[in-house]
Amino acid sequence: MAVDAATGRTGGASATVHGSPRPDGADGAPSSDPDLRWVGRRVQRVEDPYLLAGRGVFLDDLEPRGTLHVAFVRATVAAAAISSVDVSPALSVPGVVAAFTSGDFGDIGLTAVLERPEFAVTEMPALARDRVRHVGEPVAVVVATSPYAAEDGTEAVLVDYDETPPVVGIDAALADGAPLVHAGVPGNLLLDVSLSFGDDIDACIESAAHVVEVEVSTGRITALPIEGRAFLAEFDERAARIVLHSSTQVPHLVRTGVAQALGLDESSVRVVVPDVGGGFGQKCVVAREELVAAALCRKLRRPVKWVEDRREGLTSGFQSREQRFALRGAFDVDGTLLAVEADICCDIGAYSCFPFSCGVEVLMAANELPGPYRLRRYRVRSRGVATNKVPIAPYRGVSRPQAVLAIERLMDVAAARIGIGPVEIRERNLVGDDEFPYRNVVGACYDAGSYREALATCAEALGYRRGEDPSRSPRPGGPLVGMGFACFVEPTAYGTASFGARKMSIVPGYEQATVRMDASGSVVVMVGTLSHGQGHATTYAQIVADHLGVELDRVRLVQGDTTAVPHGWGTFASRSLVAAGGALAKASDELAEQLRRIAGHVLEGTPADIELAHGRAYVRGTPTVGVAVGELARVAHHAANTLPPDLGRGLEVIARFDPEGTYSNATHGAVVEVDPETGSVAIRRYVVVEDCGVMVNPMIVDGQVSGGIVQGIGSALFEELVYDENGQPLSGSLMDYMVPTATDVPVIEIHHLETPTDRTPTGAKGMGEGGAIGAPAAILNAVNDALRGRGSVTRTPIRPSDVMTAIAVHDGSGRGAPMAVPTTDEGAT
Amino acid sequence: MNPTTTVSMTVNGTEATVHVEPRHTLADVLRHDLGLTGTHVGCEHGICGACTVLVDGSAVRSCLMFAVQAEGRSVETVESLGTPDDLSPLQEACRTEHALQCGFCTPGFLMMLTAFLAERDAPTDEEIREVVASNLCRCTGYQGLLRAVRRVADERGAAGRRQPAQA
Repeated sequence: MAVDAATGRTGGASATVHGSPRPDGADGAPSSDPDLRWVGRRVQRVEDPYLLAGRGVFLDDLEPRGTLHVAFVRATVAAAAISSVDVSPALSVPGVVAAFTSGDFGDIGLTAVLERPEFAVTEMPALARDRVRHVGEPVAVVVATSPYAAEDGTEAVLVDYDETPPVVGIDAALADGAPLVHAGVPGNLLLDVSLSFGDDIDACIESAAHVVEVEVSTGRITALPIEGRAFLAEFDERAARIVLHSSTQVPHLVRTGVAQALGLDESSVRVVVPDVGGGFGQKCVVAREELVAAALCRKLRRPVKWVEDRREGLTSGFQSREQRFALRGAFDVDGTLLAVEADICCDIGAYSCFPFSCGVEVLMAANELPGPYRLRRYRVRSRGVATNKVPIAPYRGVSRPQAVLAIERLMDVAAARIGIGPVEIRERNLVGDDEFPYRNVVGACYDAGSYREALATCAEALGYRRGEDPSRSPRPGGPLVGMGFACFVEPTAYGTASFGARKMSIVPGYEQATVRMDASGSVVVMVGTLSHGQGHATTYAQIVADHLGVELDRVRLVQGDTTAVPHGWGTFASRSLVAAGGALAKASDELAEQLRRIAGHVLEGTPADIELAHGRAYVRGTPTVGVAVGELARVAHHAANTLPPDLGRGLEVIARFDPEGTYSNATHGAVVEVDPETGSVAIRRYVVVEDCGVMVNPMIVDGQVSGGIVQGIGSALFEELVYDENGQPLSGSLMDYMVPTATDVPVIEIHHLETPTDRTPTGAKGMGEGGAIGAPAAILNAVNDALRGRGSVTRTPIRPSDVMTAIAVHDGSGRGAPMAVPTTDEGAT
Repeated sequence: MNPTTTVSMTVNGTEATVHVEPRHTLADVLRHDLGLTGTHVGCEHGICGACTVLVDGSAVRSCLMFAVQAEGRSVETVESLGTPDDLSPLQEACRTEHALQCGFCTPGFLMMLTAFLAERDAPTDEEIREVVASNLCRCTGYQGLLRAVRRVADERGAAGRRQPAQA
C-alpha cells in the first residue's frame, strides 16, 4: 500500500492502515508493531454484552425509594400573555402531592450569552411567567406519586391565555411591523452578523463570466433520540447537595447551568449520568425541565423524576435546522469559483439554548459555508430570527448539512450552466493535496486531507461518466435516475480558541483525562466526555492499552459523574475521541514513563530501554527478562519503600488537551430513482468516501458514518416538524414525523482514506457528524439530476408532492423558459 | 388512589401476580412493578418498537397492551435471552456486526428478531429488511442489524446442513 512520504497518508480506496504520525521509540509512543497495537483494530465493543442482555441502566430505570413523578403543564397556544394560572384543582387529583408555577421557584431560567454587539440577550424561563412564546412551553409543574397521577394532575390545572398574534416563520418574523417574540428584541433579530472576506467582491462578481444564484431551504427537524430527555433529582442530605441524574451529553455544563440558575456553588450540584439512549446534540444543552427537577428536589426533599414522552419530545423538545440560504456565486469561464455572497436566515424559535445560544446555528452556517473549496472572496449575512416555535439546539452537524446543501447546489447549478460535469467543477475548486495546511477564506486553517481523492474515489465507485453532457435529456419513458455528490470538510473538536471566537460567555473546548493504575495493574480512565453510543469504553481503552502495553480488558472507563471525573465539556461536535482521546494519550504516555522508570529500577535497566507490551515490562530485545506490569503496580503501591522517593507512591496522571482544530473530509455520492408518476424517491446506491485520519476502531467509524447518513436521509426525504399558521405543531407523533426505517435506506458503501493529522496526539480527527452532513446535499443533487430538464427541488425534506410540483411547474412554464416561481434557482443574473 | 385489579401472568417462565390500575400498560408493569427494566419505552404509541416483548411467542408492542390483557398469558422479555456472559446467537451476532450503539432500542429489536427467526428458517434479505423495518433505531442506520440477522440465519443454516438430524 502506497504511503505519501509528505503526509504519511495512504492512498487507495478502502484503505485501513494502522498508521501513527509519530515515530516509534523512546518518546513513549506505543509500539508500531501491528500485532502489539489495539488502535486500528475492529475490536468488539466492551459495552455490548450488558446492553444486549437488557442490563443497561437508563434514566427511567432509576427509582430511588420515595420517588415522586413530575409532569408539566405546557402552553397550548404559540403566543399569549398569561392571564392566570390556577394549580389548586390539581391538588385534589388522587396521587398529586404538589403543583407549582414559576414564582414558587423564584423565577429561575437560563440565559445564554454571546459577548458581541449583534447578539440580543434573552432569557429562557424554566417555567413561563407572564407570557408564553411557543406551544409546549412549560407553564406549571405537577408532582405526584406516579407518572399517571402527575399527568392526571396537569389536566386539572387551569391556565387562561390572552392570545397575541404569533410569528410562525422567517418571513413573518422579518416583516415590517411584525409582532415581537421578545419585547426587547427589535425586528425579532436575536443575532445579525455580517462578515466580509477578501477585496473587491462586487467588482469580481460584476466582471465574472458566470454568476449563479441559488436558494435552498431546509425544514425544521429534531434529533429524536429513542430515549427522550429524562431527569431524576434527589437531595443528598449528608453532602448537602443536589444529585441530578440526567440523560445528558454534557454533565459539567449541566452542573454549571443548574448551579447558576439556582444561585449555588457548583459543588452544591452533583450531576450523574446513567446510560444514555442517544442524544445527537439535543442533550448537549441544559433543559428547562432539569432546572425544575433540581429546584423541586431541593424544595420537597424527595427524589423527583421526569421522563419526557414522545409527544412532548416532538412538540417541546429542542428542534433544529430550519434555515434558508440565498447564494450568489461568481465563476470563471472554466468553472473556477471566484466569489460567494450569501444571505442566511435561521429560524431559532423562541429562545436561545444554553450555553451555545442561537449563534450555534447562525455563526456555524456563516463560517463553514466555504467548505473544501478554494475561495478568496466571501461575503455573508447570517441572521438568527426569533419565532413562536420551540427553541433550536445543536443537532448532529448543526448548520453544516444546510451549508453543504447550499454550496453543493451552487456547484451543480453552476456546472450545468457552464456545461461541465458535477465532478469536474468540484475538481477545479477543491483544495489540492499540495496546498495543506490551507488557510481558508474565513481564516480557518485546514490540516492535511484528501479532498480530491475522496471525490475521485466516490465518482469511480458510482461509475460516474466524465464528459457526459450535463444538459442531456432524460431517457424517454425510462425511470428518472440521477446521481449526486456532496464534498465537505468537517471541522471537528473545536478547542477553546474556536469557541472563544464565537464570543461565548462560557467557552468550552479543552478536555482533561485522569489515568490511574491500581495495585493490581488494572487501569481506570476518568474523562469529562460522555459516551452514549459512541463506544468510548472501547476506543479509549484501545488508546490507553497501547501506551501502557496492557490488555484491553484491564482498562475501564469512568464517566458521567461530576464528583468523580475531571472537569470537561462532554460529548458533542465530534470532539470526544480527539479531545479526550488526546488527553488520554498524553496522560497514559506519562504513566507509561513512570512504569518504565519503576521497571528500570526493578530490572536494573535503563528506563529508555524498557518496552511495555502484552502486560509485561522488559528490556527491549530480551522479552524473556521482564516483569509483569501488575507487579510494577504492586510495588508502586504496596512496596513503595523499596523505590526511590520520586517513584511510585501511587500511579496516577492527569493530562489536558485543547485541540487547535482538525478537519475531516468526505465525499458522499448517491444514485436515486425518481418516479415521475408519484414523485417518490428511492435511493439505489449510496457511497461515502471519508477521511478522519487515524481510525482507532474502524468498526465504530463505520457505525457512526452509517448512522449519520441515515439521519441525513431522514432530513433529506422524510422528516419535518410542521407548524400551522397559528404556530400549532402538527407533527406530534411518529406517524406524522417520519423517521427512516430499514426499508427506507440502501446498503451504505463506505470507503476509508486515512490522512493522519499532526494536530492530535492520536493522529485521529473527529468524525461523529459527517454522515449527517453530506447526505442531504448528495440526495438533493441526485434528485435534481434525475429531474434534469423536468424541474428542480430546492428544499428538504423532498416530499413526493414537492417532486410532483416541481415537474408540474416546469411543464407549465414550458421547457427552456425561465421559471417564474419563487422556488426556482435556475435563473441567471 | 384509583382502583386496582389483580393480574396473573407467566413472565420469563415464572408466575407473576401484580395489582395494577386497569389503565397501566404492560410495558409499565413489566418495568416498574416487576423490575424488568430491559424493556424500554420509546414512543408509547406503537411506532418505535423499543418496548417489543413476546406474548405467547408473538412479538407485541407492550406499550399498546394493557397489563390486564396479559392475564393468563406467557410474556417473554429481553431478560429471557442470554446473559452478558452467555449471549444468545442473535445477541452475539449483534455484537459482531456492530448492530447497536446506545443500546436503548436494542431489547425491542432482539425480541422482534427472536420471534422472526423462530418463524423463518431461511429468510431472504428482503424479509430481513422488512422485519428490521418494524422498529426504529436512530444510531446505527440499520446496517449492522441487517447483517446480524443474516449472520444468525446463515450460521443456523450451516449448522443445520452439518447436522440434519436436528432439523
